[in-house]
Amino acid sequence: MILGTWDRVPGFQCIKMSSRKSKSNNVIHAEYLSQVQRILRERFCHQSPQSNLFGVQVQYKHLIELLKRTAIYGESNSVLIIGPRGSGKTMLINHALKELMEVEEVSENVLQVHLNGLLQINDKIALKEITRQLNLENVVGDKVFGSFAENLSFLLEALKKGDRSSSCPVIFILDEFDLFTHHKNQTLLYNLFDISQSAQTPLAVIGLTCRLDILELLEKRVKSRFSHRQIHLMNSFGFPQYLKIFKEQLSLPAEFPDKLFSEKWNENVQCLMEDRSVREVLQKHFNVSKNLRSLHMLLMLALNRVTTSHPFMTAADLMEANQLCSMDSKANIVHGLSVLEICLIIAMKHLNDIYEEEPFNFQMVYNEFQKFVQRKAHSVYNFEKPVVMKAFEHLQQLELIKPMERTSVNTQREYQLMKLLLDNTQIMNALQKYPNCPTDVRQWATSSLSWL
Amino acid sequence: MPHLENMVLCREPQVSTLQALFGERHHFSFPSIFIYGHTASGKTYVTQTLLKTLELPHVFVNCVECFTSRLLLEQILNKLNHLCSSEDGCSTQVTCETFNDFVRLFKQVTKAESLKDQTVYIVLDKAEYLRDMEANLLPGFLRLQELTDRNVTVLFLSEIVWEKFRPNTGCFEPFVLYFPDYSIGNLQKILSHDHPPEYSADFYAAYINILLGVFYTVCRDLKELRYLAVLNFPKYCEPVVKGEANERDTRKLWRNIEPHLKRAMQTVYLREISSSQWEKLQKDDTDPAQLKGLSAYTHVELPYYSKFILIAAYLASYNPARTDKRFFLKHHGKIKKTNFLKKHEKITSLVTLQLLTLVGHDDQLDGPKYKCTVSLEFIRAIARTVNFDIIKYLYDFL
Repeated sequence: MILGTWDRVPGFQCIKMSSRKSKSNNVIHAEYLSQVQRILRERFCHQSPQSNLFGVQVQYKHLIELLKRTAIYGESNSVLIIGPRGSGKTMLINHALKELMEVEEVSENVLQVHLNGLLQINDKIALKEITRQLNLENVVGDKVFGSFAENLSFLLEALKKGDRSSSCPVIFILDEFDLFTHHKNQTLLYNLFDISQSAQTPLAVIGLTCRLDILELLEKRVKSRFSHRQIHLMNSFGFPQYLKIFKEQLSLPAEFPDKLFSEKWNENVQCLMEDRSVREVLQKHFNVSKNLRSLHMLLMLALNRVTTSHPFMTAADLMEANQLCSMDSKANIVHGLSVLEICLIIAMKHLNDIYEEEPFNFQMVYNEFQKFVQRKAHSVYNFEKPVVMKAFEHLQQLELIKPMERTSVNTQREYQLMKLLLDNTQIMNALQKYPNCPTDVRQWATSSLSWL
Repeated sequence: MPHLENMVLCREPQVSTLQALFGERHHFSFPSIFIYGHTASGKTYVTQTLLKTLELPHVFVNCVECFTSRLLLEQILNKLNHLCSSEDGCSTQVTCETFNDFVRLFKQVTKAESLKDQTVYIVLDKAEYLRDMEANLLPGFLRLQELTDRNVTVLFLSEIVWEKFRPNTGCFEPFVLYFPDYSIGNLQKILSHDHPPEYSADFYAAYINILLGVFYTVCRDLKELRYLAVLNFPKYCEPVVKGEANERDTRKLWRNIEPHLKRAMQTVYLREISSSQWEKLQKDDTDPAQLKGLSAYTHVELPYYSKFILIAAYLASYNPARTDKRFFLKHHGKIKKTNFLKKHEKITSLVTLQLLTLVGHDDQLDGPKYKCTVSLEFIRAIARTVNFDIIKYLYDFL
């Protein structure tokens, strides 16, 4: 057997071995990372059913009891789940329904109807959707009903099974509940609450909304039929709990195929949690918005930077992610404007300073700009008026300036009154970052009286 | 991907961010991604190229083209049908009137075998027009993944920032991605990329340098600059073609092209004249002042008395009432002579041309009141044609 020249030297043999090992390591990493990505992405982007309930156990108990009373004992109920966007309302109800359906006698009997205010924008569509979800399209056929109430009671009658004296319990879940209050006469809501008050069919009406003032939106007759039961989800956890949530969301579950890798990953997450710069980032994020959705976005951005060459998340990843999340978008747009457009914005800034935020028109801005141009050294900015007008219109297209009233034929374009939608600090900050800003423009921005 | 970088210049960070976001085919991605940046910063081009190159199932819709919800929803569904059933040939057109139907039909279409387990991407270009359509479309699309319970991601492309999109009661926040503007170096690189094969790259790069020197302070829009570059290149090459200079005589070439570019800024850049007129101008070398512009005002030829009515209207609109006696005693007779009926016709035709506008209510008893809405330059041009020195009669110029 002829050994290769490298194999005879012991040191090199080790290197060759380890390079082979790291290549196979890479392959293994890639497969595990793909799994990690799959699990975490499902957790962050899609509402995976395995998520835990953080701090809403009391509300959950309340809800599940209510649902059980309808499903098992045939009691009619109505409740509103109220909480800001991203506080977990949909997740709560989905959890509760999943647990409910695991009870045997419930899963055969109970029917669910899911309505959403964004989809069913009027009561006619809502009724068709209810018919479809209860699988009663054949039963209804071509019947014509006199009123909404007739139609709905027909549907619920049809749910009565042959031998039973009462019909199956139905759970109605209305997402974006506040949008249903804008329908004409609030017919759907009135009828649903009416049936839930009378003893005909065991009905549970569960509304989910982000508006705290939802009761003000209900009509008097609808409000009186509502049971006034409200479940509030207020993101009422503190920062230490937030950190724990962070750790739990990033950690891999116990069922992960490779124990070694998942242990390493979870250890890394623990280190991140204890890292000071990571805590600062999370504190900043927590101060702006407590809800879990924004945390998921931050984690998703950091997860994007995890690749086979960089298999474990670092504090730098999280800091980058935070930077991306907290960019000022208007400053970014100002960064891309041409020098002429920047000059117009500075002219508008001066007009705002002099006239205390009174609206201006193009002619005023042009005059202010001309004052700057007429100083001897600045003849390079001496553009024709139509060219300046085109730049002004570009700013209007970007919605950095806005007309006070709708464009009318009565006034010429140059004399229409406009408002600037940037404030002084934004403008000065944007100018600092503006690439290759000419010094005279920058000086003009700081003081309009330098021509004296 | 190396060949992708050749197709998409100066956008490597954005391409890699998007690729990382998309992830693997069957992975979930953000339910909605909002991409914003200046016009011509590559948003549409990069997204389309990336989705096509990676062969991800996607549907591309323009919200300017589909300006009602029905058009938009039907187009998405029809294009999706095309994606799934490309073997079947032509498939039936779907009708979809409401967003509710859209969700239901979408769920059906994405059950197809070819789309199973893959993320479907819906790209809505010019998404700022969604704000003016039905109020439930924008929040609905932001949550499409949740509403349909499918692996779908919606991308919104717009030049307006996200803060101006957010509905009143909030919505599902998308992931916001910024496409930065091109720096002058980037613009140089991209513009030099499409040099015609007859000339060397250095020659074209020098031309682009001069072009950017003239236009960069005014306009950083890549599309505009490309248009100007293509239009003016023949003029730049003229000395070389005629044999007066060779490719390296930068001073001569610059002296030839620079006034031409300045003229371009006053005409073609403002779309005052069309590109065919500009090309003719370059060939014939005529004086551009003689060119008739595209704007309506220069094409209007008014009859003799209409011109006087317009001048009178301008003076009446912009001079204070008490100065009328001072200016008009002498000309009083001239205006009285015109036939009353013809005067009324002429006034209505001036209103149709939007040179005069109706001010005040219809129910005023002493006849409708009008206001003159032309600019000073225009009225001076008109007055010049009838040998009337309007400046003498304007209060502001005394």
